[in-house]
Amino acid sequence: MKINSLPMKDLDRGADLAAARSRYQAGARRFAMALIILSLVLVGSVVLATGIGRMDIGWGAIAAVVLGKLGLYTGSLDRTTDVVVWGIRLSRVVLSGLVGASLATAGVIFQGLLLNPLADPFTIGVSTGAAFGVALLVTLGVGGSFLGLSPLPLGALVGALGAMMAVLVLSREAGRIRKETLILAGIVVSTFLSALISLVKSLDEESLSAIVFWIMGSFSGRGWIHVGFLIPYMIFGLALAFMYHRELDILALGEEQSHHLGVAVSAVRLKLLLAASLLTAGAVSVSGVIGFVGLVVPHLVRVLAGPSHGRLLALSALAGALILIWADVLSRILLASGQELPVGVVTALLGGPFFFYLLKSRRSRGMW
Amino acid sequence: MVIKVEALNLGYEDRAVLTGLNFQVNRGEFVGILGPNGSGKSTLLQAISGLLPPQQGRIIVKSEAVGALPSRLRAQILAVVPQSTDVRFPFSCLEIVLMGRYPRRRRLGTLTDTDLVAALQSMRRTTTAHLKERSITEVSGGECQRVVIARALAQDPEILLLDEATSSLDVRKKLEIFAILQYLNETRGLTVLCAMHDLNLAALYCRRLMFIKDGRIAVDGPTAEVFTPEILSRVYETPMEVVRHPGHQRPYAVMLPLSPETREAEAAAEAREAAQS
Repeated sequence: MKINSLPMKDLDRGADLAAARSRYQAGARRFAMALIILSLVLVGSVVLATGIGRMDIGWGAIAAVVLGKLGLYTGSLDRTTDVVVWGIRLSRVVLSGLVGASLATAGVIFQGLLLNPLADPFTIGVSTGAAFGVALLVTLGVGGSFLGLSPLPLGALVGALGAMMAVLVLSREAGRIRKETLILAGIVVSTFLSALISLVKSLDEESLSAIVFWIMGSFSGRGWIHVGFLIPYMIFGLALAFMYHRELDILALGEEQSHHLGVAVSAVRLKLLLAASLLTAGAVSVSGVIGFVGLVVPHLVRVLAGPSHGRLLALSALAGALILIWADVLSRILLASGQELPVGVVTALLGGPFFFYLLKSRRSRGMW
Repeated sequence: MVIKVEALNLGYEDRAVLTGLNFQVNRGEFVGILGPNGSGKSTLLQAISGLLPPQQGRIIVKSEAVGALPSRLRAQILAVVPQSTDVRFPFSCLEIVLMGRYPRRRRLGTLTDTDLVAALQSMRRTTTAHLKERSITEVSGGECQRVVIARALAQDPEILLLDEATSSLDVRKKLEIFAILQYLNETRGLTVLCAMHDLNLAALYCRRLMFIKDGRIAVDGPTAEVFTPEILSRVYETPMEVVRHPGHQRPYAVMLPLSPETREAEAAAEAREAAQS
């Protein structure tokens, strides 16, 4: 009993392989193009965003300051212009970009790892945990910096990990993380910790603005020193995430399949959760809780680049930077009075409706 | 000998599912695991795949306890096809099959021709080649199942465990999958263990059958010897007849309807047993 129509013989390596190869390379080229375009747009945005502000500074002066710092321009510069462009604006634009990249990649990791399209550092309470960690350290008077490093991100990391543990324990039922309860647990933990932040800050007789800074997020008054605080966490977190991007693809299929495909599930998951926590902690320790970046960006990028996590991480980092840079510009110029809005208000105004759309569309397609 | 099970007890927390299992499987065997619903077929496969640690006893795969094998090495030896698969992220079917190459790829290494050939070949064998670019979230249940079987074949394993893997497929697709398994079994020495409900499919392809009932192995032997009306009727508590097909000479089971007489006969038998004890 032989069925001859079945392709039992070995595949001939010629045609099929060449076709698949060329499609694979076309995909890689599309990715490279997206990477280059986003990078160019990002550089352009950094320049544009540096030019926008209350003080009117010409493009020539901006170019002179930046080139001067790079040692390519030796002419004389106005001291005020130098401080505003380099010390205030550019540092803030760079910081918002780095925070955006960190939050977006953390969102990619959380969504893949927790199999939940609504997961992001904010919705699962990790950001608020990090903010609580920092707020507590600040209140206790721990601060300053040592060789450009600060203990504050470490406090954020401990807070982030603590909040994550709490959320995972709360949403665990019979050994499994329930997708429906995860976000609910995140909101509970996040609300509780927000209240604690307010309490701690009020007891410390600090102004309302300090509370708002941690809960709503802001880049107001931040500079190069904060870029220095964030960078080690970001580099370590991103490196860890990229090392395990293939495992992240497989883990997105669920625990059992990952086991069968040879992923050491517990160990890899722990490393990836650490990576996401590092990214979140670094970001929150310099900017407070900025919501929805980690939720919206991965979804937009997934539509354009597919679900493969290596590409998703790279493009989300760029897109996240881009979005937060412009959200921060909006927060600076939106109010006619010249006052600043917390940037978290802007991202929530943009991200809230998106969250709503996601909730409805996923439900209707029975994705979760 | 590729699988050796010694004094194995399996279960979840306080609930014992299987007790006192002892058997071994040699390289190149084609074993069907049969038994009523809830008899522990899936549990046994989960334990062999290393997912469920034994409560007692040992499971040796090749020369080591399955729990002690490094994950990637384990996945090079053992591939598993579950009953159904739920994928939420829109990976293309080719990407899903390529995930089967994970245990054989180097970390951060690029995609080699060997990987791509293995993936394409197993897609052709499972008649899923036309689905390469389609998203796994958009194909039908049966297509998704065949893609997952292709992924298991792409792992290039020595042992393949199937848990009701073809239950959701139509007759033609079932036969196609089993024809591939038989081919790989005969030409490459692939060892196949499949838990299944379809008795006649088992009789057609499996050379050894293992019947599990009430937490124990009730019968274990060559298909020709154990596929008998007495054993089938006893294991499934259902009157059955076994007939030989006039063409290929393989046995097939025919179930008889549960008539009032069978119920009465059963009741009488139970009463006799009760009286004896």
